Amino acid sequence: MSESFEPKIIGFLCNWCAYAGGDLAGVMRIQYPPNLRAIRVMCSGMVHPEVVVEALCNGADGVIVMG
Amino acid sequence: MNIELLTLSEIVDVAGQAGNFTVTVKKNPRYIDMDKCIACGICAQRCPKKVDDEFNMGIAKRKAAYIPYGQTVPLKYVIDPVNCLYFTKGKCRACEKFCPTGAVNFEDKEEILDFSVGSLILSPGFKPYDPSGLDFYGYGKIPDVVTSMEYERMLSAGGPFQGHLEKRSDGRAPKSIAWIQCVGSRNTNQCENGYCSSVCCMYAMKQALITETHIAGGGEQTIFMMDLRAHGKEFERYHQYALEHNVRFVRARPHTIDPGPGNSGVSMRYVTEDGRTMKEDFDMAVLSVGMEASDDARRLAEKTGISLNHYQFAQTSSFKPAASTREGIFIGGAFGGPLNIPTAVAQASSAAAEAARGLASSKNSLTREKKYPAETNIAGKEPRIGVFVCSCGVNISSTVDVEAVVEYTKSLPNVVFVENNMFSCSTDTQQMMAKAVAENELNRIVVAACSPRTHEPLFQDTLKEAGLNGYLLEMANIRNHNAWVHQKEPEKATQKAMDQVRMAVAKARMVQPLDKLQVDVIQKALVVGGGPAGLSAALGLADQGYETVLVEKTGQLGGNALNIRKTAKGEDVGPALREMIRNVEANQRIRVLKNARLTSVNGIVGSFSSDVEAEGKTEHIEYGAAILATGGRETVPEQYLYGTDSRVMTHLEFDRELADHAGRVKQANTAVFIQCVGSRNEKRNYCSRICCTHTAKSAIELKEQNPDMNVYVLYRDIRTYGAKEDFYTKARKLGVKFIRYDPKDNDPEVYQEDAGLKVRVTDPILGLPVVIDTDYLVLAAAIEANEVSDLLSLFRCDTNQDGFLNEAHPKLRPVDLAVDGLFMAGMAAYPKMIEGSVSQARAAVSRAGVILSRNRMYLDAVKSYVTEQCDGCAVCLDVCPYDAISLTEETIDGRSVKKVSTEAALCKGCGLCEATCPKQGIQVHSFTNNQLRAQVRAALDLPN
Repeated sequence: MSESFEPKIIGFLCNWCAYAGGDLAGVMRIQYPPNLRAIRVMCSGMVHPEVVVEALCNGADGVIVMG
Repeated sequence: MNIELLTLSEIVDVAGQAGNFTVTVKKNPRYIDMDKCIACGICAQRCPKKVDDEFNMGIAKRKAAYIPYGQTVPLKYVIDPVNCLYFTKGKCRACEKFCPTGAVNFEDKEEILDFSVGSLILSPGFKPYDPSGLDFYGYGKIPDVVTSMEYERMLSAGGPFQGHLEKRSDGRAPKSIAWIQCVGSRNTNQCENGYCSSVCCMYAMKQALITETHIAGGGEQTIFMMDLRAHGKEFERYHQYALEHNVRFVRARPHTIDPGPGNSGVSMRYVTEDGRTMKEDFDMAVLSVGMEASDDARRLAEKTGISLNHYQFAQTSSFKPAASTREGIFIGGAFGGPLNIPTAVAQASSAAAEAARGLASSKNSLTREKKYPAETNIAGKEPRIGVFVCSCGVNISSTVDVEAVVEYTKSLPNVVFVENNMFSCSTDTQQMMAKAVAENELNRIVVAACSPRTHEPLFQDTLKEAGLNGYLLEMANIRNHNAWVHQKEPEKATQKAMDQVRMAVAKARMVQPLDKLQVDVIQKALVVGGGPAGLSAALGLADQGYETVLVEKTGQLGGNALNIRKTAKGEDVGPALREMIRNVEANQRIRVLKNARLTSVNGIVGSFSSDVEAEGKTEHIEYGAAILATGGRETVPEQYLYGTDSRVMTHLEFDRELADHAGRVKQANTAVFIQCVGSRNEKRNYCSRICCTHTAKSAIELKEQNPDMNVYVLYRDIRTYGAKEDFYTKARKLGVKFIRYDPKDNDPEVYQEDAGLKVRVTDPILGLPVVIDTDYLVLAAAIEANEVSDLLSLFRCDTNQDGFLNEAHPKLRPVDLAVDGLFMAGMAAYPKMIEGSVSQARAAVSRAGVILSRNRMYLDAVKSYVTEQCDGCAVCLDVCPYDAISLTEETIDGRSVKKVSTEAALCKGCGLCEATCPKQGIQVHSFTNNQLRAQVRAALDLPN
C-alpha cells in the first residue's frame, strides 16, 4: 500500500452522543485525521446493516457506527 | 423565547411581596457584545494574559478573554477586567484588534435593571470544601494530594490532560490511588460541617471505576470511608459493581498523609476498625471534598431576606420543601442542602411548580409566540437547492478554501443558488437568505456552517420565515467537524468540506416537508394514589387551575403517612396530613374517587381517557397528563423471631408502641434496633434509605425519655445523609451504642432464653461477641413499592428490577416516565421521606403543567411511518422500546392483509424499527434508508 493511501471512512454518528462529541472536539480544537465522513442519525440503532454493507461494497474503506 | 438570560448579574435588592416583587439586578459588563460574538475564540487566542482556570480547578490556564468551558450557555466570550491587561495596565486591546466581528467593547458599563416578578427561585448552588486548612492531609504542600474536584478535571477527556492521568509531582502515570471520604463533611472539629454531603461516596466510586479504564492494567483503587452511603436508586448495585472491579473499601479515616519518597506519591497512616495502625503508600491521594454553602449564596440570602439554617443552607420545611422563609421566594438545588443531580433537577421542578402557583391567575398573559407566513406548497416540484457556505469570520475560511467550495457546489445536481456568507447566522444574512429563497424559488436549503445541534433551530426558523417548511433544511458541519479539527491540513479539509456539502445536497434532494404532530390537549389531570405524594400532586395541579381526578385504591386518603407521627425534621405529621386531606376534599377542582381502580387507559399524551371502577360504579374520565403516586410499604420481616416474639416489632409498630404505651416503653431497660432487615440482600438489592434516620430518631426519643436505658443499634452502614447526620451525632452523644455487623461474618443472632429476648452479635471493634438482653427489638424492615403491575401495563410503562418506576432519564428527567404525559412521585419511585415525596409530587406537577398549560401541543415530526413494502412480519414490534408499533389486520378483497401501524405520539424517532425491517416497510422521516444511502453514495462520490 502506498504511503499516500487515505482511507475514506463512513461514520454514522448518534445525534445525542457521538455527534455531540464531534462538536465538542471542534470547540476544543482537538486535531484528528480528515478521513471521516460523518452522517448524523437520531440513534446509532437506526442504521440498517444493509446500508453498512453497501457502503463497504461501494468502496468505503471502513464504516464506524458510533453511539 | 420566554426565557431571558442575564449573565454576570447579581441581585441587589428584592422589594415588595409575593405576587408583586420588584427585583433590582446589577448586570456587570461583559465587554463583549453578545449579539456580535460568534464564539470563534480568536480573542482568547490573541489575549496575552494567562490566568488560573477556575473551571479546571486551577490545573490549567485560561486567558483574560475567555469562556468558562466548552458548553457554556450562552456561548459568548467574556473579558475578565480583574486580569485584562488593558484594564490593569492601560494597554493591549489585542482582542479588539483581532475580533472579526467587532464585538469587543471596552466601554461596556454595568447596568442596574428593575424587574417586576410574581415569584423568585434562588438556585445559587454550592461550593466545594477547601481542604487547605487541614494540615495533616498536606493538601497544597504535597503535589500528589488533590481534591476530588481537581481529580474530576484530571480524569476528564475534556480536561487539562485530555483524560491522560498523570501525577502532579513527576508527570508519571499513577498506579495506586486512594480516596479519603468525608473531607469537610461529617466533621465538626476542623470545620462546622456536621452534615453528610450525600454525594461523595457515589462520586468516589465513579471516579475509582473510571480510573480503572484510564490506567494501563487497571491500577489499584482504594476508598477510605466511615460508612458507605449508597442510599439512592440503583446505588447498591453500583457498589457491587465497584467491588467486582476490585475497588478496595477500607473502613478508616486516615489521620496523616506524608509525602512519598522524593516528594512523589504519598505515605498514608490510618487505624483499622480493630485498632491496628497501618502505613501504606499510594501514588496519589484524592480528598473527597464535601459541599458547603458559598459566600455568594449567603449574600444572596441576605439580599433577598430569607433565613438560613445552622449549616448556612436555606431554611425549608418538610411539607413545603421548596419554600423559603419569605413568601413567594423558592429554593432550587443545593442551596437547600447537599444533594445529587436527579434530586436537584426534581427539586428545581418543584420550585417551579410552587412559583407558578402564585402566578396562576396571570398565566399566559406575558408568554410570547412567534407567527410565520403560510408555507409554500412544494409538492411535485423539482428540488431547487440553495447552498449557503459560511466563512464564520475566519473560523472556517482560515482552514477551508471557502471560495473553492462555493465554486465546486455550483456543479452539484439541483443546486441553483450558492453563496458565501461571512456569518450565516447573523441577522442580516438571515434576511438575505429569505430574499434568496423568494427570488430563486428555492425549495431546499443547505447551510454549510457549524453544527445542526446548535444552529438547526435557527436556520429552520429562517426557512419558516421565508415560507418554507423547516424540515427542508440540511446542514453540513464544516466548522466543528472540519475546519476546527483539521487546522494543519487545509487542502484535505477543503476536500472534506466539498464532500460534506455534496452529502448534504444529496440528502436535501430527498427531504420532504413534515408537519409537527398536533394534539388538542385535555387540560385536566389524573393522580393515582392518595398518600402525601398523591395529595400534594392533586393540590398542586388544582392550584394551577387544572381539574384533577384523584384515584385511591383504599377507602381512606393519607397512605403510609397515617402511621407516622413526626417527620425527620420533628414536625407533627397528623395535623399537616389532616389539613392536606381537608384541602383536597374541599377543593372544587379535585374529585376524589376512593376504593377505586383504573380498568382501561387509551390515548396519548395530552389526550388520555380511562375507565375507573369506584365503589361498584364505572365512570369514564379524560385527562391530558397523569401522575402515578402509587406508593410503597413496610415489608413483613422473615427473621429475628418476628411474629414469634411480641417484643420484636417493625419501625411502624414501634412508633405505635411509643404513641400508645409511652409509660411501658419508658420503663424498659434495653432496646435494640437492627438495620437493613430485608434490604441490601439478594431479594431486595437496594437500600431502603429512610430507616437509618428513623432509627436514629427513635433511639434519641428513647434516650431523652429515659437516659439510663441501654439503646443499641446494629447496623451495616449508617446512612443519615445530608443534615440527617445531626440525628446520628446526637444519638451517639446521648449514649446510643452503634455496633456494625456484616450479614456474611457476624449477622446478629436473636433467641429466647428463660423468657428473655437475647441478641448476640460480634462487636468488630472489640472483636468479641456481645449478648444483649433486651426488652424491645426494633427491626428496620425494608420498604418496597406497592404491587401495581396491572396499572403499569395499562399505561405501558415499567419498573426497574426492584419494582420501582423507571425514569425517562435517571438524571435529567427524574420525574418523567418513558411514556410521554406520565409522571411519578413518592415511594413508587423509590423509598423516601415525606419531604421527598412532597417535593417530587410538586416536581411532577410542574412537569405535567408543561403539557396542561397549553390547549394544543406539537410533537416533533421526526417519527417512524409505515410504507407500502410492509408485509406485517412484525419483527419491528419486538425492538421498539416505546411500544409504539402494533400489528393490524384487515380484509381486502376477501384476503386478510397484515401490516404494522405506528402510534406517532409514542414514537421517539429512534429508528430501531427501520434498522430491523428486512424490506424497508417502516422508515423514519428525514432519516430513511434511502436518505442515508444517498449520503453514503455522495461521500464515496458515486452518482445518486
